Amino acid sequence: MKLITDPNLPDHDGFFAELLAAHRGLSDAESQALNARLILILANHVGDRETLTEALDLARGR
Amino acid sequence: MPYDYKPLPYSAPPGLSGPEPRHRVVVVGAGPVGLAMALDLARLGIASVVLEDKSSVMVGSRAIVWSERSLQLFARLGIVDQVMARAVPWSIGRISHGDDEIFSFDMAGTTTGRFPPFANLQQYHIEDILIARALAEPLIDLRFRNRLTGVDQDGTGVELSVKTPDGPYKLSADYLLACDGARSLTRALMDLDFEGEFYEERFLVADIEMEADFPAERWFWFDPSFHSGQSAMLMPQADNVYRIDLQLGRLANAGEEARPERVIPRIQAVVGPDFDLEWVSIYTFQSRRLAEFVHGRVIFLGDAAHLVPPFSARGANGGLRDVENLGWKLAAVLEGRADERLLDSYNRERVQAADENLRDSARAASFISPAPGVERLFRDQVLTLARETAFAREWVNAGRLAVPCIYATGAPDDPRLPDEARPGAAAPEARIGNGWLLDQIGPGPTLLAINCTAPDGLQIPTLSVRADPALRARYLGDAERALYLIRPDLVVAARWVTAEPRAVSAAIRAMWEGRE
Ligand SMILES: Cc1cc2nc3c(=O)[nH]c(=O)nc-3n(C[C@H](O)[C@H](O)[C@H](O)COP(=O)(O)OP(=O)(O)OC[C@H]3O[C@@H](n4cnc5c(N)ncnc54)[C@H](O)[C@@H]3O)c2cc1C
Repeated sequence: MKLITDPNLPDHDGFFAELLAAHRGLSDAESQALNARLILILANHVGDRETLTEALDLARGR
Repeated sequence: MPYDYKPLPYSAPPGLSGPEPRHRVVVVGAGPVGLAMALDLARLGIASVVLEDKSSVMVGSRAIVWSERSLQLFARLGIVDQVMARAVPWSIGRISHGDDEIFSFDMAGTTTGRFPPFANLQQYHIEDILIARALAEPLIDLRFRNRLTGVDQDGTGVELSVKTPDGPYKLSADYLLACDGARSLTRALMDLDFEGEFYEERFLVADIEMEADFPAERWFWFDPSFHSGQSAMLMPQADNVYRIDLQLGRLANAGEEARPERVIPRIQAVVGPDFDLEWVSIYTFQSRRLAEFVHGRVIFLGDAAHLVPPFSARGANGGLRDVENLGWKLAAVLEGRADERLLDSYNRERVQAADENLRDSARAASFISPAPGVERLFRDQVLTLARETAFAREWVNAGRLAVPCIYATGAPDDPRLPDEARPGAAAPEARIGNGWLLDQIGPGPTLLAINCTAPDGLQIPTLSVRADPALRARYLGDAERALYLIRPDLVVAARWVTAEPRAVSAAIRAMWEGRE
């Protein structure tokens, strides 16, 4: 398993608030678009195919 | 000037007046694949009969983009000068979203400069050139208005029924090469089915003639204001003819959309009013293939074996890769130099290649015409990000232009040598002296000895060269020397930095046996 599932992000409460704030005032469609962009940006940043497949599997509940 | 569709010559075949001697090879279909197949076999000393139903070259540009690898094959078939005299070479692609260009790319650096990465020429011109070459070739018996109507095979050969304007006749052959296209009758006669997907998406393809100074580039639009919600493509061809592809969506009515009063305004929106409409076709896509390409003595190539959406020059080019893969193998089997098993490797390798083409074109299809909902969402957001970030530009998929498949193989390799020229890959072109490396390889297999000498007594020709920087980059990397075994289809079979004679002769044997 390459995907980190133990705590890894400092100030996660701060990030969570920032994520929600980024969506505030957006329509559903705008929110979806923002989420999609964010996934694409983060995927490129992660830069590791295996990790991304593991992340997809985790997200799908496998 | 509109293309002049000349009638093709017909004369009554000998089989109408008495039984013909058994032929080694009958090719069905004189499209680009069947014609190139007969020419490649002739080059290797194998005679063939080519049966073709039609009486003139088909209308419309159809396949227009010819890859570097196809140009290399045209060079071996002796027609590349004629092709390049008319073709429009190009290397730059531009991608727009809405009405803004979001990026461009240039593939000029990807080739050695002998041929451009791609050259555009209407399929009817390519067929004309191939037909003239085939008619002049004594080893090819090209029979127009000869329609295959029946196929029957046993373990040793094939019996064919053929219909002509003067009546039916029979032929027998050691091998039948089915190059009879997307609606292959051979396939139907043998009860074989395509497996895969149909797309509901419809595209309009049109040839227009105009005096214009568009540069020789591929222009692609996602969702332009002149064709809202859909994609569009514009490319130059020979003789001031341009090709326009317009996505029509899933609900489009083909008959309705092909009417000039519908087509002309759409094209005017792209290029303005001054053009002549030469050809329009409504195209639907399929990603389908036969489960197997070799069925005893009947072998399938080109569209008869596999059909891909033509976003990325994979249709006709893919068929030409089938041709070069099969030619040397079939010649060796017919001349008793190799066992029939070698043909299994045609099946294995070209099925692998077809699957790559099917996968890549399915990915392009879902980017170019995403399903409504989340597919469309992600596609649109990639395009949005591509305006500002370099990574997303690479994710934009307007058709990844075809590169040759790297065949799976466990043949000897050395990790110090460059990846590009690994076993299974197309041998890269390089300048040597005043000429070109690939011109000096073949028609049989060749040992390429770079800064070394090949082991003695191996019964295959050796090409010994000193590495200059260009050759070093493509074939040596950081190694000082290397020995490459190159197949007749210019695919790397095996390679060594330090070659043991026994290992080399084992690799040569494996090549002739078609081992993976
Ligand atoms: C409208 C249209 C647009 C296209 N656009 C593109 C494109 O932009 N890019 C791209 O890469 N590809 C494109 N293609 C696909 C491309 O034309 C094919 O991939 C290519 O022609 C395949 O070559 P082939 O030799 O395998 O088959 P074909 O060119 O179809 O040749 C088959 C030949 O077999 C003959 N034949 C069939 N049955 C019999 C029989 N029973 N007896 C004797 N002869 C027979 C036919 O007359 C035909 O000449 C397009 C095709 C069409 C129809």
